[in-house]
Parts: sequence; structure tokens; C-alpha cells
Amino acid sequence: MSNVFTLLLVREARLLFRRPAELANPLVFFAVVIALFPLAVGPESQQLRNLSPGLLWVAALLAVLLSLDGLFRSDFEDGSLEQWVVSPHPLSLLVLAKVVAHWLFSGLALVLLSPLLALMLGLPAHCVPVLLVSLLLGTPVLSLLGAVGAALTVGLKRGGLLLALLILPLYIPVLILGTGALQASLQGLPAAGQLLWMASLTALAVTLAPFAIAAGLKISIGE
Amino acid sequence: MLFEGLDLQLCAGEMLQIAGPNGSGKTSLLRLLCGLMQPTSGEILLQGVALTRQRDELARRMLWIGHAAGIKGLLTAEENLAWLCALHRPASVEDIRAALAAVGLRGFEDVPCHTLSAGQQRRVALARLHLDPPPLWILDEPFTALDKQGVAELERHLADHCEAGGLVVLTTHHSLAHLPAGYRELDLGQRRT
Repeated sequence: MSNVFTLLLVREARLLFRRPAELANPLVFFAVVIALFPLAVGPESQQLRNLSPGLLWVAALLAVLLSLDGLFRSDFEDGSLEQWVVSPHPLSLLVLAKVVAHWLFSGLALVLLSPLLALMLGLPAHCVPVLLVSLLLGTPVLSLLGAVGAALTVGLKRGGLLLALLILPLYIPVLILGTGALQASLQGLPAAGQLLWMASLTALAVTLAPFAIAAGLKISIGE
Repeated sequence: MLFEGLDLQLCAGEMLQIAGPNGSGKTSLLRLLCGLMQPTSGEILLQGVALTRQRDELARRMLWIGHAAGIKGLLTAEENLAWLCALHRPASVEDIRAALAAVGLRGFEDVPCHTLSAGQQRRVALARLHLDPPPLWILDEPFTALDKQGVAELERHLADHCEAGGLVVLTTHHSLAHLPAGYRELDLGQRRT
């Protein structure tokens, strides 16, 4: 059973690396949105620094959402999902592998890119570890919750906007905890509380979201 | 309502061809049999027990090739088959190459599937029928895009499978030349009138 999990990871990695533009899109989006803010708000460093926790998190959240729209679409259209549903393996395990692969190659890259953009906004270097940990814990939750929406909207031709409307409200707790942790560390306060809450959300999402994603896909396929 | 009053029993060694005009519910019936869709009313039994209660049992015994067969254009024929087999019963590289040769795709193992023609892509999907497949085959329009020789080979392969105790359910508009002993036809269009 775990064998199928790794095989699916390898398959997804192959597919992603044969279409590298899809990997780059969310990263470029993330970088461009962050780069726009100094132009719009003005280069005054104090103001940018105070805004940076919110900016980084909102940009990361939108970048993840952007990358999720097509998560299951090609598998739905070419019949791969049907094969997953009729296979003896639990669909929740297969979709977990799919989301993990997606996160490894887009969410993780976003996390690694974030310190550079944070320094661009003038976030002090001592806040970077908190930023990294909060994104490392938070982006899997964003991916998993977004995948639930992607599974429900996969049968729709233009599901992108509906996906955003469905999923953005669910992102609010992650956003509050992520920016809260960064704000605290910006003011020199301990951020462990928010990060531990975020970790509990991650654990909750990893254990429960795959079942919701599998149920969503079964509904989409059964129609 | 697509169809009602349908009562049907299938045994090992039989081949059921579902015919009927476009939109008469051929594909829907197959999807019901696979458990991809649930019937609005009525039930489907596998060895006397409701299908919904033994999804695992069905999954182990059934091979489903839909109109979209789950072939990824970006992966090669060999990678596609390796993954599709791994979902059921992993196959060795030698077996996969032999299966591709059996469907006339020797030399195309390492070619990305999006560069193959529609008929060749269909052959990649049908190569699964040569890879130690489970006994129950449910095939939606398996002859689509195949050339004459491919159709004849597939018909013979399906008939051989039935003679050997397998069970095939398929939809096609094509009239089959090689009929196994247990051949039956269900016309969804006639039933409606």
C-alpha cells in the first residue's frame, strides 16, 4: 500500500517536471505580487516592515490557491481519477500522495523563496526563522484545504472563481495564526503559541482532509 | 430516467454487448456496474451481495477501461502501463514490453503518449488486457480509433478471455465477428419502445 504511495509521488514528480511552467507560475506570481507593494505603498521602510507579515501571508495564500485550480483537472479529464476510484487502494491515500507531491514541488519552493522576499520588504533577519516555520506548517494546510475545493469543482469548466469563493473563508484561521506569529516576532515577543496552534491545524488537515478530498472526487465523478 | 425495469444476470464465460442509440445510457450502465455511479433506485449484486458493501471485492476482480482510459500524454507508454498496473497488481518491465508488443506497439515503449495517434493511445490502454488482468472486464467503446487489424485482434482476445472463463461487458456500435459461446446482446434502445 505504501508502495503505491511512493509510485504515485514518482509519477506526479515526472508529470510536474515535464511541464515546468506550471511549477514556476505560482512562484513568479508570489514574487511579482510582493515586488508590487513597495511600488504601490511607497518605499518607506518602517511602513513596509509593519505591513510585511500580512503581505507575505496573503501573497503566499493566493499563490497556493492559484496553483490548486488545476490540481485534479487533467486527471479528471483523461480518466485517471476513474482508475483510482475503481482500484483496490483507498482513494484518500492516493489523493494524499497527490497533494503531498504538489506541496513538495510548489508549496515547499514557496517557503524557500519567502526569506528573500521578506528581506526585500525589510523584515528583520531575526524574524526569518518564524516566517519559515509558520509557512512550513501553514502551506500544507492551504494545499489540503484547497484540494477539497479543487475536488468539488473539478467537473466545472470554469471552477477557478468558485474555488476561491469556497476556500478563501476556510483559509482565515491559517492567515490569522501565520500573521500573528510574525507580528509577535516582529515585536520581539515569543511566537511559539501561534506556531503550536498552526502545527495542530496541520495535523488536523493531514488526517482529515484526504477523506474530504476523496468524498469530493467521488461526487464529481459520479455525476 | 435513463432506463428502468432492467433485470440482468451475468456469469463467468459470458460476453455482454450493450448496444443502443447515442444517449440511451450505455456508458451510464457500465459506470453503474463499476461502482463509479450509484443507481437512483434498484441494486446491483456481486455474487448475491450488494455491490456497495463489497467495493474491495469488485476492485480486485474488475478491470475498467472507460472512454477516457487514464493514459497521460506526458508519460511514456511504459510509464503509463507501469502505474496503471501498480494500482491493481504490479507488472515487471518485461511483461509490459511483451504486452505492448502484443498490441503492435513494439518500439514505442519510450515515446511520450501525446505524440502517439489516437489509435495507438487506445492500444496502450488495451495493452492492460494482456497484463495478467482480473477476470471481469468492463470496456466502454474499446474499438474506437482502432484499425481493422486491431479490431480483429481485440475481438479474438476478448473471445479467448470469455472461453477461458472470463467475463466481458462492453459497449460498441460495431457488430462483432468473433463471438464466444456465451455471447449476449442487450439493446437499450429497443427496451425503451
